[in-house]
Amino acid sequence: MHATLQLDQNDSKGNPKLFYTVWVWLLLITAAEIFLAYERIEVHLMITILLGLSLIKSALIMAYFMHLRFERLGLFLMVVPAIVFCICMMMIVLFPDSLHLTHLPQY
Amino acid sequence: MSQVELEGILDTPWSGGASPLAVNSKKLGMWLFIVSDSLTFSALLISYAYVRLFTPDWPRPFEIWPEIAKSSLMTFVLLSSSLTMVLAVAAAHSGNVQRAVKFLLATMACGVAFVLIHATEWITLIHDGLTPWTNPWNKSVPLCGGAFFGLTGLHMLHVTIGVVYLGVICWGFNKGKWTAEHVEVSGLYWHFVDLVWMFIFPLLYLLSVNPK
Repeated sequence: MHATLQLDQNDSKGNPKLFYTVWVWLLLITAAEIFLAYERIEVHLMITILLGLSLIKSALIMAYFMHLRFERLGLFLMVVPAIVFCICMMMIVLFPDSLHLTHLPQY
Repeated sequence: MSQVELEGILDTPWSGGASPLAVNSKKLGMWLFIVSDSLTFSALLISYAYVRLFTPDWPRPFEIWPEIAKSSLMTFVLLSSSLTMVLAVAAAHSGNVQRAVKFLLATMACGVAFVLIHATEWITLIHDGLTPWTNPWNKSVPLCGGAFFGLTGLHMLHVTIGVVYLGVICWGFNKGKWTAEHVEVSGLYWHFVDLVWMFIFPLLYLLSVNPK
């Protein structure tokens, strides 16, 4: 047990080179987001693209900076599916209604 | 039942004799806090996205200078602070106290810089007439100011608390009062603050870029 814990901790220390690589990728994705903001894209599509890129960035942060990639699968299963499920529930309730409202006649 | 068999049973996760997640209680507690806090921010961001979507005439006043340039700089500062934080955790685990303290101080400096840049941006926008109840660009969309100050204000509060938290951990770790585990747990909080900004920046700032 102690040996397993020790091994996990050694893995999670990570290589500084890996952290610098992740940091550069995060900056590149941010630059892509800023570039996209100045493109003439319809707002629904823009929100989808920006949220998608933000999800990739948050996955990189959680996996490498927060060491979730080096933790046991049990911790990942305890944390991530619960958040994803709750967020999906909020979006399922709100977004169809929001998109419906855009098609209502204006008074 | 022999002593060896008894020890085998006590070593299983269900008997409490083993740690199924292989993390200490502090780290588990911080992860549970992050789950709950991420749902708070999710609710706010989804509510914002909801009103943003169904309001076609939502104001888009942000120019390259100052708003987008400043918020991009803030994103760079916060991402860099995450890098210094993860290097501080690595140094703390390898037992290099001085290096860990230096990186913790660099992380705190980035946090302070973020709050200061954010404060100057808030002051500029308030001078332009933006308040939590109204905005100078489109009076028919009063939620614009509320969403902006609510989301960025709550995030700035988290950053400020994070700087104080890191300061306490840095002091304790330097004195030998606390361990590398404490540095790692404080790092989880700091990375979470960074992660939240990764959603606030595109949704609040980039979606408000002036299309002209």
